Amino acid sequence: MGPGGFSLIPLEGGPPEFGVSAFESRPLFPSQIWLESSGQQAAWTDVWVTNHIAQAVIGAALVIGFWLLVSRRPKIVPGKRQFVGEYLYEMIRNGVARSIIGPQYRRYLPYLLALFSFILVNNLFGQFFLFMFPTFSKIGFAWGLAAASWILYNGVGVKRYGLIKYFSKMTMPHGVPKPLLILVAPLEFISNFLVRPLTLGLRLFANLFAGHLVIMVFVVGGSWLLWSTKASSPDYSPIWNLAGGLSLLMSLAVFAIELLVGCLQAYIFTVLTAQYVSSSLAEEH
Amino acid sequence: MYPLESAGPLGPLLPEHLSELVVGLILFALIWLIMAKKVVPGFERTYQQRDDAIRGGIERAERAQTEAEAALAQYNAQLAGAEQEASQIRDQARAASAQVQAEARLKAEAEADRVLAGARTQLEADRAHAMSELRGQIGGLATDLAGKILGEVLTEDERARRTVDRFIADLETTS
Repeated sequence: MGPGGFSLIPLEGGPPEFGVSAFESRPLFPSQIWLESSGQQAAWTDVWVTNHIAQAVIGAALVIGFWLLVSRRPKIVPGKRQFVGEYLYEMIRNGVARSIIGPQYRRYLPYLLALFSFILVNNLFGQFFLFMFPTFSKIGFAWGLAAASWILYNGVGVKRYGLIKYFSKMTMPHGVPKPLLILVAPLEFISNFLVRPLTLGLRLFANLFAGHLVIMVFVVGGSWLLWSTKASSPDYSPIWNLAGGLSLLMSLAVFAIELLVGCLQAYIFTVLTAQYVSSSLAEEH
Repeated sequence: MYPLESAGPLGPLLPEHLSELVVGLILFALIWLIMAKKVVPGFERTYQQRDDAIRGGIERAERAQTEAEAALAQYNAQLAGAEQEASQIRDQARAASAQVQAEARLKAEAEADRVLAGARTQLEADRAHAMSELRGQIGGLATDLAGKILGEVLTEDERARRTVDRFIADLETTS
């Protein structure tokens, strides 16, 4: 950049890997170590018992444990433990389920609660030591929940109106002039049956994927810059160390934003699912 | 490092392993099940109980209030009854005392009358007695006197008595 080969962007000298490859799962028990005989063939544990599967299991266990703990031996006048549980419970019950779905909210409350708490805990893993990885930045988990919500809101509609009536309700909005339906019906179909689950899964995945990527750039890149020396690169400059320190400081702000994003995405996924269920249940207007 | 199973045009938009999707769905279903069977019914039952307790408390308070009002009305009624009774007793006592007074007066008057009558009869008797005694003595005296005046002894009883009687009769009419 400047005179004397001065550079702000260290591309040589082996900076650490923090691209998409950092999102790859690692087997918890690599088969090469204890399965010599399997040779090149990867054992099933390499795929089914990975660090990310393990943290999803731990997340689910935490969620179940938390809810069982706060709902254990409930009292009419709640203690501290029960109060925390009721606070979170009522946030979804009154703030999401009842206000969006209406009087029949009770049936869908368990689903929404499970959705919110499972996503929230796994998102917070992104900022939590031991894990430092948001589970839903692995898109398989996000697709799974999106599929579950897709099945739920369509199943609710089909059960309520029957297959044909539900389908026509969702594709042909009431009050649209007949000739326009040629245009509107395919759009409604795409919007209600394809775009909804795709955006549901992609939104969750992309927010956490990008968030984790940004955190890695700031933390891993920053620390590499901070500790890089003359030996690691021929055109070393002390500005690298300065930039590294600054980016580590900045990472604190990024962590804070990621905490917010993690909570927000859990909430949005839950609210949208409730919204879709409500639209499936709604009478034609 | 293991190569991405989904390494293709979609990159990270396809799951690296199918296990993510399957395990994610199983875990989610498990949480859902526990929510539906344990957590949500537990919370809802507590809310129901709390609701009942609050509603029951209001009902209890209302019942207590009506009871208190009834008790107050009863006390007031009792108080009014007692006052009435007291005034009745007072009236009765007043009437009774008046009666006693009247009876005593009547008795005293009767007693006085009786005493008066007794005195009067006594007086009459005394007078009659004195009269008859006097009559005898006066007769004797008069005859003696008359005998002395007339100089003759009015021994003739028949004549003497007649004289005396006339005298006394005269005396009586003049007196």
